[in-house]
Amino acid sequence: MGQCKVIDARNTFCPGPLMELITYMKQAKVGETLELLSTDQGSATDVPEWIKKVGHEMISSEKVGEVWHIKVRKAK
Amino acid sequence: MRILIVGGGTGGTIVANNLARRLAGEVRAGKVRLTLISDTDRHMYQPGLLYVAFGQMTPDQLYRDEASLLDPSIDFHVDPVTDFHLGRNQVRTRSGKTHEYDLLVIATGARIVPEEVPGMSEGAETFYTEEGAVRLHKRLMEFKGGTVAMVVSIPHKCPVAPVEAIFMLHDFFKARGIRDKVKLQYKYPVNHVHATANVARWAKPEFDKAGIEYETLFNVKEVDPVNKVVYSEEGTECKYDLLIAIPPHRGMEMVERNDLAQGGWIPTDRFKLTMTGHDNVYVIGDATNIPVSKTGSAAHFEAEVVAENIASMIKTGTPVREYDGRVYCFIEAGYDRATYNAFDYVNLPELKPPSKAIHWFKVAYNKMYWTTVRGLL
Ligand SMILES: Cc1cc2nc3c(=O)[nH]c(=O)nc-3n(C[C@H](O)[C@H](O)[C@H](O)COP(=O)(O)OP(=O)(O)OC[C@H]3O[C@@H](n4cnc5c(N)ncnc54)[C@H](O)[C@@H]3O)c2cc1C
Repeated sequence: MGQCKVIDARNTFCPGPLMELITYMKQAKVGETLELLSTDQGSATDVPEWIKKVGHEMISSEKVGEVWHIKVRKAK
Repeated sequence: MRILIVGGGTGGTIVANNLARRLAGEVRAGKVRLTLISDTDRHMYQPGLLYVAFGQMTPDQLYRDEASLLDPSIDFHVDPVTDFHLGRNQVRTRSGKTHEYDLLVIATGARIVPEEVPGMSEGAETFYTEEGAVRLHKRLMEFKGGTVAMVVSIPHKCPVAPVEAIFMLHDFFKARGIRDKVKLQYKYPVNHVHATANVARWAKPEFDKAGIEYETLFNVKEVDPVNKVVYSEEGTECKYDLLIAIPPHRGMEMVERNDLAQGGWIPTDRFKLTMTGHDNVYVIGDATNIPVSKTGSAAHFEAEVVAENIASMIKTGTPVREYDGRVYCFIEAGYDRATYNAFDYVNLPELKPPSKAIHWFKVAYNKMYWTTVRGLL
């Protein structure tokens, strides 16, 4: 397994955790895994919805304490 | 103590003037030297570009001479920085000079990179540059009817600018008496009409009222300028007669070339505002990778924190406070109404219904900006 890049978007409201993820996804290479940390409830549904629509891969999503840890892989 | 500031925009100018005021005694006594290096002798009020696009400001109103905004005790150089040698506490400039520092503040901002989206430079107008805002205004004046689409790429600075622009387009076409001949299409990258949930919650019914159509989860992939179609990463497309793009942004090319950052965004401690791994390097404004909006407002609050901390460390050996993620942005909701967006790392913005009073406050701020960067407000 390659290294997983962590995007720390905890406690942010602007531009928003999904926006942060999309930004870093653009820079990532195909096959790379990114982990988003978010304290925003919405991320748990927003991120999978975008990942599905755009055609990347959801790996996992879990809440540890107040923080969502969402792992995704760039597929194209 | 040599303090070197790179970048004479909003953040750099405020930090320099604030330090000049706080450390006036030390500068006079020769204990502290303040140097600011920028790549231009002019300072642009970037939020004014929006008004240029709608013919409410002319480009000359956007500029002041940088030197006229700076405290006379600041040693100001117009000479682009080409290389950072952080290990040796030096920067090099295009003229070949080397500047040594004890403390460095990087405030070099962001640039637009429309060329990263195939067809965007040829197919879309943008108000994010002076030339673009002037051309967009001309095109809007000539527009007779059809579909005006706005697409938003990320990352980009001033996250509320697209919302403001679409509301102003609505009022612009109303004022020209052709709103019924124009279809306004707003395309946004995340699954709400704005990345900040409360801004989205406020804007959506306002869009509905104004008849502005929107599509979310639309990340621009490609523009076909010949057939006038814009395609999204998500597999949808939109035909347009006039396309307005908020282009993707990157940090400065020289920052990337010096391997300071990925995508040009310098890794920065979100509370201390120091560059990761470099305690004597501060980064503020659009240049950071901090997940707050890239705005003049954030740059302003960050600049104050950095200046206060540097001054306090020189005087007492200890910094005084941390940046709390504070941002305050006006949001124009058309030609004569506005609201605002104020939040920090932990408190969500709560938007008030738009009013004429807030609009006039933004109009006043457009002039007051010059007082703010001088450090008088
Ligand atoms: C259309 C538009 C509307 C906006 N509206 C708003 C708004 O309503 N509210 C708000 O808060 N913000 C708004 N902004 C955003 C705001 O203008 C920026 O976020 C702000 O200017 C960032 O400040 P900064 O100091 O980080 O960078 P900048 O102000 O961009 O300054 C960067 C400086 O660094 C200099 N520089 C770059 N490279 C070098 C180098 N190699 N060597 C030396 N100097 C260099 C540049 O010349 C420039 O002077 C808007 C922006 C745009 C484009």
